[in-house]
Amino acid sequence: MTTQTVLAAAGSVPGGEAVTFWILAPLALIGAIGMVAARNAVHSALMLVVTMLCLGVFYVIQAGPFIGVVQIIVYTGAIMMLFLFVLMLVGRGVSDSVIETLRGQRVAALVLGVGFAGLVGTGLHRALADSTAVGLTAANAEGNVQGIARLLFTKYVLAFELTSALLITAAVGAMVLAHIERRREDRMDQAATMKARFRPGNYPGPKPGPGVFATSSSVATPARLPDGRLAEQSTPEILPVRELTAEDTTLKGTEK
Amino acid sequence: MTFLAQEPTLADFGQDPWWLVLIKVVFAFAFGLLATLLGVWFERRVVGRMAVRPGPNQLGPFGLLQTLADGMKMAFKEDILPRSADKVVYFFAPVISVVCAVTALSVMPFGPMVSIFGHQTPLQVTDVSVAVLLVLACSSMAVYGVVLAGWASGSTYPLLGGLRSAAQLISYEIALGLSIVAVFMLSGTMSTSGIVAAQGERPEVEFFGLNVTAPGWYAILLFPSFVIFFIAIVGETNRAPFDLPEAESELVAGFMTEYSSLKFALIMLSEYVAMVTMSAFTVTLFLGGWRAPWPISIWDGANSGWWPMLWFFGKVLLLVFVFVWLRGTLPRLRYDQFMRLGWKVLLPLNLVWILVLAGWLKTQGWEQADRLILYGAVAGVVLIVTLIWPSRRPAPKPTLAEEVNDRPPGSFPLPPLDLQVPPSPRTQRIVAEREPANLADTDSREV
Repeated sequence: MTTQTVLAAAGSVPGGEAVTFWILAPLALIGAIGMVAARNAVHSALMLVVTMLCLGVFYVIQAGPFIGVVQIIVYTGAIMMLFLFVLMLVGRGVSDSVIETLRGQRVAALVLGVGFAGLVGTGLHRALADSTAVGLTAANAEGNVQGIARLLFTKYVLAFELTSALLITAAVGAMVLAHIERRREDRMDQAATMKARFRPGNYPGPKPGPGVFATSSSVATPARLPDGRLAEQSTPEILPVRELTAEDTTLKGTEK
Repeated sequence: MTFLAQEPTLADFGQDPWWLVLIKVVFAFAFGLLATLLGVWFERRVVGRMAVRPGPNQLGPFGLLQTLADGMKMAFKEDILPRSADKVVYFFAPVISVVCAVTALSVMPFGPMVSIFGHQTPLQVTDVSVAVLLVLACSSMAVYGVVLAGWASGSTYPLLGGLRSAAQLISYEIALGLSIVAVFMLSGTMSTSGIVAAQGERPEVEFFGLNVTAPGWYAILLFPSFVIFFIAIVGETNRAPFDLPEAESELVAGFMTEYSSLKFALIMLSEYVAMVTMSAFTVTLFLGGWRAPWPISIWDGANSGWWPMLWFFGKVLLLVFVFVWLRGTLPRLRYDQFMRLGWKVLLPLNLVWILVLAGWLKTQGWEQADRLILYGAVAGVVLIVTLIWPSRRPAPKPTLAEEVNDRPPGSFPLPPLDLQVPPSPRTQRIVAEREPANLADTDSREV
């Protein structure tokens, strides 16, 4: 690693680094394009994983082993895995439709994307082509990890802590919004359930089944009480109560 | 010829000629494969012994060749590809598992500097300044193998197993990573050879005015970290009692239900290689790596030359035995219990322990009086907080009579609560009248 640091500081690219780059760079590109092109969401996520892995290796060969490995652990190992988790819950076999909702949207996106990439690429190239990298040896003088730790916990400690506070707030907020847990006092045991059942105003017996004394045995047809009224309790709440008309009950002529 | 104990440093790596690198890589890979072959046999024999049955004992001496025979059988079985499977992912999932498990072996230090064909070289494939994180990265990538195997099979039980394992492995990776933090704090390095070297020193610790020579192994110095780490790696390698992704009583075989033939063999291989890798990782981080244990370490030559490899393998074998022992002893945890253990027990314990350790290390250079004042202040704060912490004792429950009197008018009528139902006079015990058995007539045959 020390030799690598020296070489990188001198501005030349050693052979191993060049070979690694030319093998992994096409892979990273294929992954990036495949992520956009793949129609299955899980395939898309896996393509992104390939790109992230390649980026991690790039960081390592550019004398930043810590950031490279952390990229693999945090982004590829944890965050993309959570993505996959959600995608798998959505269900397999769910693919994007190929129908364009806006006409010409795909072509426009392609042209704009390539144009934007060209702009950024040429801008970066013109700005950085003549400059040489300096200060890598000084930054990595006491070790890569120690150098990052020194910066992170002295100069950038406020930004670092604020970021972590923001992330924790977001996580706790999501928990508060999404998580419903009944408190221990609210949990009903058997005795409490029975008391609630026999509370005045609640009918303790079983509810009348749907279709009892009714014109049809459908689940949606409410039962009739002995005095002829409809028993509202007999149908599930999500089903609308309706009486079948004469037209509904007549034979449709399909039975021969 | 005597070797001096020679600790490899980071500068010793990357100096080998290509053939030496090849030898080391092939050795590490063969170690993984051989460990699987012997590991399956070892596990079946030990579990068999614990269940008071012989285990595999037919093929070869002590049944040693049983795994080989099983492997051959697996290779010749039909490779079934479910119709609803996602073919590419279905194929790559076991490959990812195996690659990740084997890659982690490359940074395990098997021994100190030795001489191979005239080259002084460390007994380790390679080492980097972030080697421990590399192992963590491998284990976090191995999750993909399990999850994708579950998803790509295209059926319900494997998918459930895959989802479980995603949640399980991510949760336990956090406990795993945090328990290594204490090791980093003491050793000051993240390279595996550096951690082994750091465990060779026996630090002088001032313990309330007494100068004690502390033992070097982090398993003793950092005992809480060691326990949490071991629990976490059992969860991380999907071993019993945490083998929820493949719980056969609930999920058939979990994520590997649809796999057969060589792909199934690859999954089995990755599981056992991961077990061995994680044992080697534990040995490296906490059990002194390749250093000889106490009675042997009195001998001067114990930590030089090729001997350390023997101690290393011995320790790994011991840990693999513990894995098997756990499997033979403990029942599988329920999923919510397992998650509660990870997030509500291991994680907070770990954080408190790291805080205590950091405080202890920070105050080592202080004056005696200052230190005592600080410890006293911390103890006082803890005591006060425990005293004023709100009590969780619930209010006393009303008695039954009070509850009955509190009921609103018009409630459902209650029978008297001390009612004793007398036995009904109509109930009679019915006793069947039977012919007495003729005991003397033993010759009579029933036809």
